[in-house]
Amino acid sequence: MKKALFLSVLALSSLAAAEIRVGVIVSATGPAASLGIPEKNTVALLPQTIAGQPVVYTVLDDASDTTAAVTNARKLIQEGKVDLIIGTTTTPASLAMIDVVAEAKVPMISLAASEGIIKPVDAKRAWVFKTPQTDALMAAAIVQHMVQNKVRTIGYIGFNDAYGEGWASELKKNAAARGLKVVAEERYGRSDTSVTGQILKLVAARPDAILIGASGVPAVLPQKALKDRGYAGKIYQTHGVANADFLRVGGRDVEGAILPAGPVLVADQLPGTNPTRKVGLAYMNLYEAKYGKDTVSTFGAHMWDAGLLMQKAVPAALKKAKPGTPAFREALRDALEGTRNVIGAHGIFNLSATDHLGLDARSRVMVQVVDGTWKLLPSR
Amino acid sequence: MQIFDPSIFPILAADGLTNGAVYALLSLSLVLVFAVTRVIFVPLGEFVVFGTLTLAALQLGRVPGTLTLVLILLGLAALMDAAGHLRRRQAGRAALTLGGALVLGGCAWALTHWLAPLKPPLPVQVLLTLALVAPLGPLLYRTVFQPLQNATVLVLLIASVALHLVLTGVALVFFGPEGSRTPPFAEGNVTLGQVTLSTQSLLVMLVSALLMLALYLFFERTMPGKALRATAVNRLGARLVGISPSAAGTLTFTLAALIGALGGMLIGPSVAMTYDSGFLIGLKGFVGAIIGGLVSYPLAAAGALLVGLIESFASFSLSGWKEVIVFTLILPVLLWRSLATRHTPEDEE
Repeated sequence: MKKALFLSVLALSSLAAAEIRVGVIVSATGPAASLGIPEKNTVALLPQTIAGQPVVYTVLDDASDTTAAVTNARKLIQEGKVDLIIGTTTTPASLAMIDVVAEAKVPMISLAASEGIIKPVDAKRAWVFKTPQTDALMAAAIVQHMVQNKVRTIGYIGFNDAYGEGWASELKKNAAARGLKVVAEERYGRSDTSVTGQILKLVAARPDAILIGASGVPAVLPQKALKDRGYAGKIYQTHGVANADFLRVGGRDVEGAILPAGPVLVADQLPGTNPTRKVGLAYMNLYEAKYGKDTVSTFGAHMWDAGLLMQKAVPAALKKAKPGTPAFREALRDALEGTRNVIGAHGIFNLSATDHLGLDARSRVMVQVVDGTWKLLPSR
Repeated sequence: MQIFDPSIFPILAADGLTNGAVYALLSLSLVLVFAVTRVIFVPLGEFVVFGTLTLAALQLGRVPGTLTLVLILLGLAALMDAAGHLRRRQAGRAALTLGGALVLGGCAWALTHWLAPLKPPLPVQVLLTLALVAPLGPLLYRTVFQPLQNATVLVLLIASVALHLVLTGVALVFFGPEGSRTPPFAEGNVTLGQVTLSTQSLLVMLVSALLMLALYLFFERTMPGKALRATAVNRLGARLVGISPSAAGTLTFTLAALIGALGGMLIGPSVAMTYDSGFLIGLKGFVGAIIGGLVSYPLAAAGALLVGLIESFASFSLSGWKEVIVFTLILPVLLWRSLATRHTPEDEE
């Protein structure tokens, strides 16, 4: 079925000659589906023409699986003859795709978090860009907030997978740099029915604050258990929980949680002088007009930002070559690398030959769960 | 050691027993399904997920996607039955089957659409959830496993794994990628001596114990229960004395779905259940069932309780290795079982 759809898209796309072909890979199923589905939905909102040239999108699902992502990337390049790949959702799969796109010399914009996807910019990563903030950027924000609030000792509980490991190492790196101490470190599984043991041990270590390194609704469980045990310190979450379902499922149990997030999460609370406010609100309105109220999430906005980078780069590349040629892909890569001051929903992109993300501290805000909704915390 | 600290040990033990009780229910139904139908029932975890998520959908006043699945399966099963009747040239019975399915499906549809938006009290929602999830068992048996009745254990296992993957996908479509939690049946705490337990976990243990007692009485005292036991002991012999293997299979799968859904609602308040949570939960029940050698009910239940306890203590002392510890448990058990039991060639029917 997927194959048939793919072939029919191919058949259609071979009718017109000069259109720009964009291959999209997202994790619409599997463990990363809660990120991949809004990303997939956002593709439908991307422009159908850029600088007068039609754009054809081919969307494939990698089921949160690394092998499938690589296969899809090959398929898009060899059969789809794409000029650009956007995706994929997860870090391991994005890392695996680097070799494929570098070999074929097709630019790729990843939607995954890890810094390792774009750093260091070597011969292979020269073809790879990404739009989401790195965990490093977000962890630095958390630790900065902790320092400002006189936190000295930190407890950590996170997923027993790549997500939890990544956050544990970022936290320790940042905490050490600012003179904070991580006094307890625990792990739990996404589908665990109880975290009583871990929480007992965490609370016994008496940290001033606890960071929960988890994403989506499973991040509710440790916070509920901490409340049940009467933990009175600050509780931090990661930006992986920044969607409406976390609030719906968490309810009273997640009240007071502090987390870093892309500004799009609280776009309507941003001051009018913040340039990302307008872009964020525009994206949210567009998304909710198509998919219904309260359906928008920050993850889809990464796809939107990738689309903005593409819209800026394509006209420049069109001046140099025709779509579908190696020269066009090369020009597109150069244009992406030369991106300056593109205002996205998540921040302002200024890329360079050494930085293929190009976001700075303006790409994150600290928010708190207050009365069952996100509240922007004043930045100091 | 810190684990044996009197302020920590009872809490961990109680926590382990609460989870263990749910695993025990699952391992009992795994043993039951395997004994009667020779199916290693991988998708049992999905019934747990459907139980929680159906109740969660009803909480929000939505019509759960489970209804669609039941209706599709009902239609499929009716078509298969009708085709069978037609092949035997019984057009009347075929029409009757289809008509009956239509009426039944219509009733289910009307009832759910009427009740769901009303947000009825919790007990009614629980009953509706059971009424929606339990039919999945017999319907899946009719459409997937009954046609494979005489296949080898391996073929049945492959079908079972395939069904697990299909149901996970179906759950994603119906319930979305984000998880849900259900409200607890009881709030507050109970203090027993030095230990403070939440009423909810006490309720979980109580319901599990009652359910096990009910199963025991069912197998010991009632005719259908005895028929199931007879089928488990000797399928051919049971058939010779007039017990239909299909009827036994249908009954078994109904029980499995019922127990799965109940388990899901029992742990629903404590876990944010997502569409793919079921596999790991089912797997822990499976470890218990393996300890019982997939034949002994008391050993399986005890094994599942052990899994819950080990999980709880491991999560305290070595949380990063918890899953490793729990599933490594299966190795010495397998070794011991392979040394302790004499090998008999698998009976081919």
